[in-house]
Amino acid sequence: MSDHEYTPKSNFGKWFNDRLPLLTLANHLTDYPTPKNLNYWWTFGGILTFCLVTQIVTGLVLAMHYIAHADMAFDSVEHIMRDVNYGWLIRYIHANGASMFFLAVYIHIFRSLFYGSYKAPREIIWIIGIIIYLLMMAAAFMGYVLPWGQMSFWGATVITNLFSAIPLVGEGIVTWLWGGYSVDNPTLTRFFTLHYLIPFLILGLVVLHIWALHVPGNNNPIGIDVKKPSKDTVPFHPYIVIKDAFALLMFMIVFAFFVFYTPNILGHADNYIEANPLVTPAHIVPEWYLLPFYAILRSVPDKLMGVIAMLSAIFILAALPWLDTSKIRSAVFRPLYRQFYWILVADVLILGYVGAMPAEGLYLLIARVATAYYFLHFLVILPILGFKERTLPVPLSITEPVLGGSSNLAAARDDSRLEKLK
Amino acid sequence: MSEKKTERRDFLFTATAAVGAVGVGATVWPMIDQMNPDASVKALASTEVDVSSVNPGKTITVLWRGKPVFIRRRTQDEINEAKAVKLKDLKHPEKDEDRAKNPEWLVMLGVCTHLGCVPLDQKGDYNGWFCPCHGSHYDISGRIRKGPAPTNMEIPKYEFVNANTIKIG
Repeated sequence: MSDHEYTPKSNFGKWFNDRLPLLTLANHLTDYPTPKNLNYWWTFGGILTFCLVTQIVTGLVLAMHYIAHADMAFDSVEHIMRDVNYGWLIRYIHANGASMFFLAVYIHIFRSLFYGSYKAPREIIWIIGIIIYLLMMAAAFMGYVLPWGQMSFWGATVITNLFSAIPLVGEGIVTWLWGGYSVDNPTLTRFFTLHYLIPFLILGLVVLHIWALHVPGNNNPIGIDVKKPSKDTVPFHPYIVIKDAFALLMFMIVFAFFVFYTPNILGHADNYIEANPLVTPAHIVPEWYLLPFYAILRSVPDKLMGVIAMLSAIFILAALPWLDTSKIRSAVFRPLYRQFYWILVADVLILGYVGAMPAEGLYLLIARVATAYYFLHFLVILPILGFKERTLPVPLSITEPVLGGSSNLAAARDDSRLEKLK
Repeated sequence: MSEKKTERRDFLFTATAAVGAVGVGATVWPMIDQMNPDASVKALASTEVDVSSVNPGKTITVLWRGKPVFIRRRTQDEINEAKAVKLKDLKHPEKDEDRAKNPEWLVMLGVCTHLGCVPLDQKGDYNGWFCPCHGSHYDISGRIRKGPAPTNMEIPKYEFVNANTIKIG
């Protein structure tokens, strides 16, 4: 993995490293050459690792007090909130932590979209990332069911019923998922089991995600291949570590604001009512991070097609490295793509907004237009843009535009630039 | 000679793979089937309901297999309205007679066929039920008239044990 041979200094270190090269790995991670122009949008990988660890640690503690039974789950959550020492704090961190996790992952994904980080040779990193994102949605959904409130119960009912749209076997699959004829105790216990399992699957995939990243190295804001190590790179430690740490602190301020000042603003009041299979809440809405997909589901008037559209909206992302035909990675050098990028951002925000509104009248119309545009962006605009767009000239190295190109010949020959520097 | 040997090997590989596949299948199936409804869930398959206290124009909701069942005692106007609907106006054409054997009593699963919410009574554009989740409108026979639900609300298996008692399931 390392670009140079590493030998530990101490005799014990040598002995150990010959048997298990953990120190070589640590050395690789410390010295790992990183493009020196990474901006703060690149700090969200570290922030996401923090989010995952936070969820695992707080979740582990909550599982010591939670009871996964339809008759006791709701009360046990209230018990955590009122009786368990610092239970309120741990639960609020866990509940808001899910939202913070998604906030960070959306920034992370849209950073990739802007700087073309999904393009060759980083397709596998991207696809692993999409699988992580899918698992995150599954974990978040099942976690939301565990308090066994009204939104828990009816959210579980609606989402599991999505499978009933499958022709012929759909009903059988839903019964199998429920372990009964409706969402009930068997459903709750299996959701708890899976909710406990998935974060560790994510952890494993994160290792693969980072491993795959360390093969080509980081993309960077100008999206060019960087020679490693060179004048264009800095060692991961301390340069990137300190930048990531600072960004993480800023992120934790936002996190703490939600936990301590508005711990319930991202939830729904209905979930403080115990689950009742006879009454559906007047307005069922998923958590904010699923709203754009919910809007797509509702914008299609047919049940099966709605489900297909919603799933396609996610899976289309996995095909992105091949749908985007442009050879240039960064939007910095793609004037047209840059505009379409921001339209897509607005489109997803609009979908999120109408997803929270009732599916009728003008909202429904807006949802349909926005859904159509979402697919248009990926299936039509991106493939064509790669051929039609006149991109801006791309520098040969990160250093070139700054120093007049000390690290490459073409720019070094450009005397006029050097003159200016003098 | 060598050709014959290869054939023997091929047979052994195929046989081993076949036995292996059956073994894996037989091991995996219990892991999958354990998630299906268990004996205690299946045991709760039928419910008897006393409907003597239900007045015309009223609906009661009872729980059957964890799902709500609407039992509505319909008025004569409502029955007439349900029967007057032309089949060609329906997304899922079913005659009212086929849905309510005794026209005064409509017994159906109170579960929206879209994504499983419980529709609200006497709401919506068709004087029947309205699902608040994604806006499906049902008429007084529980038939889908408008919105994303694909089919009419399901009629469970039920029978009148006597004039006042309905057995569902």
